[in-house]
Amino acid sequence: MSVDAEANADAKLPVVDFAVDWDHTDSAWVSDPYPIWDDLRQRCPVAHTDRYAGGWFPTTHEMVAEIANDTEHFTSRMVVVTNNKFPPNAPPAPMGGAPPITSDPPFHQFARRLILPAFAPGPVNALEGQVRALCTKHLDALGDVKEFDAGASYAQYISPGVIAKMLGFPEADEDRFRDFVHVVLDLVDLAPEERGPLFLPMAEYFNTQIEDHVAHPRDDFTSYLLNVEFNGKKLALEHVRGTMVLTLVAGIDTTWSAIGSSIWHLAQHPEDLARLVNDPALMPVAVEEFLRFYAPVTMARLVKEDLDFHGCPMKKDDWVLLGFPAANRDPEAFVDANAFIIDRAVNRHAAFGLGIHRCVGSNLARMELRVALEEFIARYPTFELADPSGVTWAPGQVRGPRRIPLRINA
Amino acid sequence: MGGNVKVVIDADLCQGQGRCFSIAPSIFNFDDLGNGFVIGDGELSPETIDLARLAQANCPEHAIFIEESS
Repeated sequence: MSVDAEANADAKLPVVDFAVDWDHTDSAWVSDPYPIWDDLRQRCPVAHTDRYAGGWFPTTHEMVAEIANDTEHFTSRMVVVTNNKFPPNAPPAPMGGAPPITSDPPFHQFARRLILPAFAPGPVNALEGQVRALCTKHLDALGDVKEFDAGASYAQYISPGVIAKMLGFPEADEDRFRDFVHVVLDLVDLAPEERGPLFLPMAEYFNTQIEDHVAHPRDDFTSYLLNVEFNGKKLALEHVRGTMVLTLVAGIDTTWSAIGSSIWHLAQHPEDLARLVNDPALMPVAVEEFLRFYAPVTMARLVKEDLDFHGCPMKKDDWVLLGFPAANRDPEAFVDANAFIIDRAVNRHAAFGLGIHRCVGSNLARMELRVALEEFIARYPTFELADPSGVTWAPGQVRGPRRIPLRINA
Repeated sequence: MGGNVKVVIDADLCQGQGRCFSIAPSIFNFDDLGNGFVIGDGELSPETIDLARLAQANCPEHAIFIEESS
């Protein structure tokens, strides 16, 4: 990788006032966005920026929900904020580059229905044993080490292994998947002519995988997409490739981030860790609070036509960054919104988005998060941060810790 | 009381968030697309109504309705 996101972030102008110049890759936002969002929610509540050729950031649950449910005025054609709203070679609306997340109705419904069955609870629950075995394998690999990086040695391995198997890609290519995700989601604040070429290795890789699956069809999601017929017609190749890219990109560092944030939390809250160790039945409820409190994913929309949104003069093609994690901290929507309550019974969080673009992989993500935490705390009932200052966070629209230096006690 | 209490899911609002059938698997199930549906006629007893209300309070899409009829 020729460009480093952190070096790039250091090189640009730091934000002075996020209300009028927000930047989700600014180092202050990346390291701790919650006070920034609380401040914006009270002051604005919709922040604006001229960066990325113009965009908005609503911070209340109500506004985020309103926009997520308004596909008439907001398009999903581009969901990752970059400096290029019209990349060459990207399929236009209503499909977009990675259907169905980049698709608008009515095409969206067609593209989504095709893949929902593969991610429904039935097929996902059948993968639980495989996920558990993967977790155990990586825990076994740690041996008797008492200090390690739970991000680099554990969290980052779970979801790529699951997704590789699902798509029918070689597991040995995991490092490449993380590189692809890094390009798509982290290296966003580059000039278009810098960012464009970074996609070439990924395009080449997917084409190779597609060719291999065409020549050797097998029982996996890639072969399903290549062979599924609708009204007697197979999907366009760019549709197949786009959905494969989506599955890989959306399936990897999202869940990896959620696992990492949860471990990071438990390392600092021994009372929560003890409760989970002593009461495993609490885990499903706790998982929802991890998802609310540390929701990793923020998704964008583009404004379709000039629009007055609660007094904000939104212009055609402005970005709108939907802060689902910010919505999850809105005190109007949650009691004690900034308190992590491990047994929070009423938890209407928006971690998987709201409306027709609800994360297709949510059942899989939940299961992976639950199993990864169950196995981790069964192996390590007490642990703490070995070096709090050594924790680093991914920039951009998927937030999670990349380095989590841990010390295992006893 | 005396009247019947029923729980329904508005299929147009349901987006398959999956909270209802996780919280109350005795009341809700999921279809092939992962969307929730109510098992049987949805009639609630004094024993099940609180569980149904908990599922309702956790639905991010506000797709669950509990209706009382006399």
